[in-house]
Amino acid sequence: MKHKNLGFIVAALGILGFATLMLVVIPSFQLAEVEPEEGLKPYSELEQAGRKIYIREGCVYCHSQQPRDPRQAPDTARGWGRPSTPGDYAYDYPHLLGTMRTGPDLFNVGVRQPSDEWHLVHLYQPRAVVSWSIMPAYPFLFEHKPVAAPGDRVITLPPPYASKTGVVVAKPEALALVAYLKALQRDYPSNQLPFRSPRKTAEETTP
Amino acid sequence: MLPTVSLLLAFTFLVSIAGLFVLIWSISSGQLSMGPEAPKVIFDKGELGHPEDPAGSQAQLASLESALQGSQRYPHARGLGQPEDIEERAELDRVARQPVLYLTLSSLLWLIVGSVAGLIVSIKFHAPDWLVDSAAWGFGRLRPVHLNAVIYGWISMVGMGVSLWLSSRILKTPLRGARWAVWGTHLWNVGVLVGIVSLLLGYSTGVEWLEFPTFVDGLFVIAGAMIGIPILKTIQDRKVHHLYVSIWYIGAAFVWFPVLFLVANIPGLHIGVQHAIINWWFAHNVLGLWLTPLGLAAAYYFIPKILGKPIHSYQLSLLGFWGLALFYSQVGLHHLIGGPVPTWLVTLSIVSSVMMVVPVISVAVNHHMTMIGHFRALRHSPTLAFVVTGAMMYTLVSVQGSLQSLRSINTVTHFTHATVAHAHLGVYGFVSFIMFGSLYFILPRLTRWEWPFPRLIQAHYGLALSGILVYFVFLSIGGVLQGLKMLDASAPFQDSVLVTHPYLIARSVGGALMTLGHIIFAYHVLVLVKRSGPMRDRPRFAYRPQPQQRGAGA
Repeated sequence: MKHKNLGFIVAALGILGFATLMLVVIPSFQLAEVEPEEGLKPYSELEQAGRKIYIREGCVYCHSQQPRDPRQAPDTARGWGRPSTPGDYAYDYPHLLGTMRTGPDLFNVGVRQPSDEWHLVHLYQPRAVVSWSIMPAYPFLFEHKPVAAPGDRVITLPPPYASKTGVVVAKPEALALVAYLKALQRDYPSNQLPFRSPRKTAEETTP
Repeated sequence: MLPTVSLLLAFTFLVSIAGLFVLIWSISSGQLSMGPEAPKVIFDKGELGHPEDPAGSQAQLASLESALQGSQRYPHARGLGQPEDIEERAELDRVARQPVLYLTLSSLLWLIVGSVAGLIVSIKFHAPDWLVDSAAWGFGRLRPVHLNAVIYGWISMVGMGVSLWLSSRILKTPLRGARWAVWGTHLWNVGVLVGIVSLLLGYSTGVEWLEFPTFVDGLFVIAGAMIGIPILKTIQDRKVHHLYVSIWYIGAAFVWFPVLFLVANIPGLHIGVQHAIINWWFAHNVLGLWLTPLGLAAAYYFIPKILGKPIHSYQLSLLGFWGLALFYSQVGLHHLIGGPVPTWLVTLSIVSSVMMVVPVISVAVNHHMTMIGHFRALRHSPTLAFVVTGAMMYTLVSVQGSLQSLRSINTVTHFTHATVAHAHLGVYGFVSFIMFGSLYFILPRLTRWEWPFPRLIQAHYGLALSGILVYFVFLSIGGVLQGLKMLDASAPFQDSVLVTHPYLIARSVGGALMTLGHIIFAYHVLVLVKRSGPMRDRPRFAYRPQPQQRGAGA
């Protein structure tokens, strides 16, 4: 009877091993050949610190970073950029592809919104700049002070949200997060785009 | 690209050939015919043909019996079987009592924590300026607290507790090495607690379903193995020859679980897109190879057990099991349809998702054919009501999952609340319902006390069912509308946000109903465990061959 139990365990593990091979091992061999996109810059130290804030505050639960192909969805038409390629993520660890779009895709947010001030106000109170937004406010990334000290990054809020007694100053973590968001620019041309549609490659290469 | 593809083709070919040989071998050596006695292994002498549900009152059991057999006679405690078997089962429960109760009570604590966190998160969707001053109550921190508390705290722990009890009962053997499970539970609780505190403090790995710090995942591997040891030892020392289908599911789940966690946590191996691939391979396998088998194991035991008749087709259950193992393990990449991953990989997952119809329909047909003609029994058995509802939701959520993985449908539902609604139908409607039902059956046996307030069971069922229906129906509609707006290039993005507003409020209503149900259930369990409630039908629970003796359970 004992060997039958063992056979069962071997079969169960074998099936999982097969799935691991197909879904983990083979893709990793295939993706190991992928080079970083030529136009992609590694994150600076500040941007990487901002990326950690992005992870800490769970931005990924509402924002994806993976525009789809125009043939599937009008992501590009919304200004979210061209379809992404594996080479675009060469410096991403952990990955932040996301699977929700409660808010817009952020793969190219640095291209469409280059203003520091806009990002800071938006983080402090999203509804101050986007009236219909349902994004939570992040006031804890900022400080209220009676007067700004030298070197403080003061943000200017529209009337209903402005502090009546002092100034609102961005903490370093808010500045780092904004630096990361602004670094999300994948507007360089990609040489890996046919990656996802091999059929098209065949059409292009064979006359 | 070419070497990979040829490797793939060659490999698939070899696997198919090997699979064919295994099939021929198993047919020729009689592996597929286990004899008519195999499905009856869960019944003791005299139990077959008699319904049983310790969660019901005397009167309910009498109506259950008459609903099943059309007779009004109710010989006292007849369905309980032979006195010596009752003694033996009481001994099994005595040994299983400590680990199973410990796992159950822990899981209920995490259920409350997880539900409250989930409710707060849900409300934040339509009240984004509520509870924003402290970072710990921020949306992005409480959301992983909700997910991890209910997945690793509630459903994993209650699933392991129910599995321990089922193993002992089905194998008719006292749990061997129950102490391992108790220590494993200590460790698991530490893991969940440390994980939740870490998330609140902002230490998240950022990987969905794996947000807890990596060393916590290590704790889960060790603790899960420790809780699995008694199951393995009990299988080895078992008193019955045949391994009932529930044991296959439980055994396989405990083998798969540590492997999944280990592979997903190998540090430094997964970067960028490769990391996303392994992330969703893992996340869906937690559902498919861990929670689903535990839920199905319980359903395969309780439905026939309560009805007092064996499962309809034992061969079908075999097909259901191996089909689940083969196809469910490869569905994960349907989470990245349209993403920057190789097309063949996504297609493989879509094909597997659709092939899931095979094991799902075989389980559904099996359960339905067992239930057919007895649906009136649902009114008289609390356990059956929960378990059968859960089993039906399994069919529903799986068929929905297969459809939602098709590219055409996924294009609409991907990135929307419809996915969230689907996930809740699976983890709550299916697995949690089956676990609730299992606890209603098991806990009176372990505590040797009856459920104090039958009305609370009804309230729990009503709240849980209305809660998940409100949640699922409204959030699915909201999600589909959101997806359609997002696909409409002429509509600004804000339309896809605004259109969901009423449905997000409905989701909070559904969540509040479920949370209230959980609080009632947890209170009821506490009263039961303290044995402080009224005891109406004492003889049934203290049944003994000699009526003057007291104290032993049945």
